[in-house]
Amino acid sequence: MENGSSCFFSCVGFLNFPILLIIGASTLLLFRILYVIHRSSKQLHNRPPGPLSTLIILGSGGHTAEMLNLLGVMQMDRFKPRYYIAAATDNMSLQKARVMEDTLKNKAEADTICTSDFLQIYRSREVGQSYITSVGTTLAALAHALWLMIKIRPQVILCNGPGTCIPLCAIAFVFKVFGIRWSSIFYVESIARVKRLSLSGLLLYKLRMADQVFVQWPQLKSKYPRANYVGHLM
Amino acid sequence: MSEIDDISESKSVVFVTVGTTSFDALVRAVDSQEVREALFRKGYTDLVIQMGRGSYIPSKSNGEDGSLSVDYFTFSPSIAEYLKSASLVISHAGSGSIFETLRLRKPLIVVVNEDLMDNHQSELAEELAERNHLFCARPQTLYETISAMDPNSLVPYQPGDATPVAKFINRFLGFVDE
Repeated sequence: MENGSSCFFSCVGFLNFPILLIIGASTLLLFRILYVIHRSSKQLHNRPPGPLSTLIILGSGGHTAEMLNLLGVMQMDRFKPRYYIAAATDNMSLQKARVMEDTLKNKAEADTICTSDFLQIYRSREVGQSYITSVGTTLAALAHALWLMIKIRPQVILCNGPGTCIPLCAIAFVFKVFGIRWSSIFYVESIARVKRLSLSGLLLYKLRMADQVFVQWPQLKSKYPRANYVGHLM
Repeated sequence: MSEIDDISESKSVVFVTVGTTSFDALVRAVDSQEVREALFRKGYTDLVIQMGRGSYIPSKSNGEDGSLSVDYFTFSPSIAEYLKSASLVISHAGSGSIFETLRLRKPLIVVVNEDLMDNHQSELAEELAERNHLFCARPQTLYETISAMDPNSLVPYQPGDATPVAKFINRFLGFVDE
């Protein structure tokens, strides 16, 4: 018994202190990640008072139409300031969001005017770009996404499909793990997805980065049981 | 816009839209002699094609020789106006134009682009066709679909509702509804 334990300690002595530190830190990190995933799946219980800063990620065409349709029925005074992000190559989406924000402003009384901001983000890879150059552009896109997220630090993230939501949601998750900012991430899968989740949806679902995933077809609910089936939004 | 305003009662317009990119296979299919004749036999008088960035240019016709009148343009900010004035819409499979057309309760043929790499688009069109909200075709089957279709057999689409998601999000975040 005595021998055994002294052997154990001498063995530990052989290990370098930095290695122990790394093992300890990664164990802590693992538990923290599991805790964040667990807490994300539960209803938010310590919401700070007042409205929540909200990041809305827009994609091209149908995605933006679906997102604006959802925003149209949300109590917008609870979600402000609002930050809209679209790909730098997509000019239409932010324009549509601006039109919607302007009509909101016209409807609202002067005292409830809230701020909204419209931002563009670099895409990691354009259609047809070669894989070699896309390594560089991916890194640049990540750095840009990180810079935007540090500036915004949203409390709520709404997204519904475009690939640009992956780096942003991943950064938000890292912020949660390190206690920089707690955010609630909601992913609404596009109505166009009937049988399979999109790549963005699949990643957010499988890696449990999204707090809640919504799907619009019962076929998807039976395939991905943790998703919430909410019927057609459009 | 003046073209739209001029449309009189006697006109029956087929509006074709390819969306923001190009879909030459669809433009070529609607421009074919057999499809034009099939549309004319069905009582349609005008064909208006939004051809996007496509390189295939359809042949214009003023319809004076007792056939379908054909016109085209690349892009327009007022697609909604064209949809409203149409008696039949032939569209690419993008969800935006599908639901815009269904909300206007216009008969719709969705043509799936088989050249797209990630062809998830056919999922939506096929599902909605199964529920009889629209007809689903491929460029090479468009003629058969038009010949066989009965627009009156379509079931009007009941627009969806986003409020359950909004309520869920509110509840999840601890907002109490009045």
